[in-house]
Amino acid sequence: MTEAIQISNLSKTYDNGLTALRGVSLVVEEGDFFALLGPNGAGKSTTIGILSTLVRKSDGDVRIFGKNVESHVYETKLDLGVVPQEVNFSQFEKVGDIVLTQAGYYGLTRKVAASRAEKYLKKLGLWEKRNERSRSLSGGMKRRLMIARALVHEPRLLILDEPTAGVDIELRRSMWEFLSELNQSGTTIILTTHYLEEAEQLCRNIAIIDGGRIVEHCSMKKLLAQLDSHTYVIELSDPMTGDIEFGPLVSSSVVLDSQTLEITISANVGMSSLFDLFKKLDLKVQDLRMKSNRLEQLFLTKLEKLEESQLVQ
Amino acid sequence: MFSSHKYIAFETIVVKEVRRFSRIWLQTLVPPAITIGLYFVVFGNLVGRRIGDMGGFNYMEFILPGLIMMAVIQNSYSNVVSSFFSHKFQKSIEELLVSPVPNFIILAGFVVGGMVRGLAVGAVVTIMASFFINVDVQHPFLTVSVVLLTSIVFSLAGFINAIFANTFDDISIIPTFVLTPLIYLGGVFYSVSLLPVFWSSLSYLNPIFYMVNTFRYGFLGVSDTNVLWAIAMLGLFVCGLTLVSLSLLHRGTGLRA
Repeated sequence: MTEAIQISNLSKTYDNGLTALRGVSLVVEEGDFFALLGPNGAGKSTTIGILSTLVRKSDGDVRIFGKNVESHVYETKLDLGVVPQEVNFSQFEKVGDIVLTQAGYYGLTRKVAASRAEKYLKKLGLWEKRNERSRSLSGGMKRRLMIARALVHEPRLLILDEPTAGVDIELRRSMWEFLSELNQSGTTIILTTHYLEEAEQLCRNIAIIDGGRIVEHCSMKKLLAQLDSHTYVIELSDPMTGDIEFGPLVSSSVVLDSQTLEITISANVGMSSLFDLFKKLDLKVQDLRMKSNRLEQLFLTKLEKLEESQLVQ
Repeated sequence: MFSSHKYIAFETIVVKEVRRFSRIWLQTLVPPAITIGLYFVVFGNLVGRRIGDMGGFNYMEFILPGLIMMAVIQNSYSNVVSSFFSHKFQKSIEELLVSPVPNFIILAGFVVGGMVRGLAVGAVVTIMASFFINVDVQHPFLTVSVVLLTSIVFSLAGFINAIFANTFDDISIIPTFVLTPLIYLGGVFYSVSLLPVFWSSLSYLNPIFYMVNTFRYGFLGVSDTNVLWAIAMLGLFVCGLTLVSLSLLHRGTGLRA
């Protein structure tokens, strides 16, 4: 399979002396739905900036579908669509004109541009707004407009930098569906997000970047398998009477109130064993939920470990 | 990028630019027309009657080429500087920088946008002038060449200003403190032959003096300067500023991190 992105030893030091990337190497296969995660200032946006040529690299090699982004500017840009973190279209232009203008930049004829604009504005629920000024759009609509604009030239690779930030849950879910469909139709997607549930739900492979270095680069499945414990919040039907001894199955337990418990169990322990234990203790479970998103838990653990190791050094 | 794609990209930028200043015509086209109209009424008609002839022509006829040139210079410059800086400010310039549009097409699109506005305002001024005087052009080809070259020069200058600008103040400094004095001291309202030797010699260092006088030669057939030298200087300015602009775009100055 072709590599959609191949980054080797990428470094970036800004003019103010800030080193944002320190020898990043990354491969994203064609057709992948890939998550690039990291805390604020980790280097995600700089990496995306270099891929889209808005940021100049200090060192390293960047290829899109096998072509160097500096020596094959036209071909690599044609293959790439970018949805930036911040709104970056003119607030005074009409929705339809923004998409048509972008199509013009890619050399699409008026006829093709009009049909593509209609296709993507309709898919993203913006067709009715095509004659309105973009400043009148809600935050979620502005994000969708940026997606429509990035897709108008039908790139093989789409990079989304926090596309659902500040978007309500309903809209976020509809955007997930749209992006999943797009990926299934063959578009390689790279996503950065702070909603780790989003990355877990959508992405097959993942890289975690921190301090300008890739600290994890594997499949989502493999990464989640690294979780050695799960924490659940359990609501009981009846109030608890006295202290409860859970035994060796439960690593730790915290009583939140008379009917609510928080327990941590090993990742190897199956749910049936847990329910057997509750039955044995005569506790009726009314509701059970994970305390936090699995990826979020893992992400935080990894970052904590990294911070600890840096402190030791 | 294929030639047809380049042309579509170029056309897209030009159409976008023209649409931008046409949309806000009350801010872009009407004010300069009113200002120049007032110059005609106040300086040309009321004051001009007392001044009498200048360079062998009625004072209104004498100042017309300079007023047209003033409108072209100011509007070509301000269109490109404000539009390109707004693109930078709103970050919508990223749409262009991420796309495969070559730098020379970006530059050409913005410059042509500036030229169209400069020439549109120049045309409005000429039409207004025709209500006051009989507008007669002695050397049409030269007149058109000079006005085109001048609008290119100031569109390019506006582009360079916008690239370096970081705030809205930065885009008004050059027009206010450099362009306006150079235009007013460039012989729009007088012939340099009227000035004392020192000030007259100083005027020859002002590039706008050559543009105004060559344009006046096109209209009236008289000039304070050597027309060929002025055309050559305009050509050099166009080449020099184009190279500087392309180099800035290539380096990503003020645009790419």
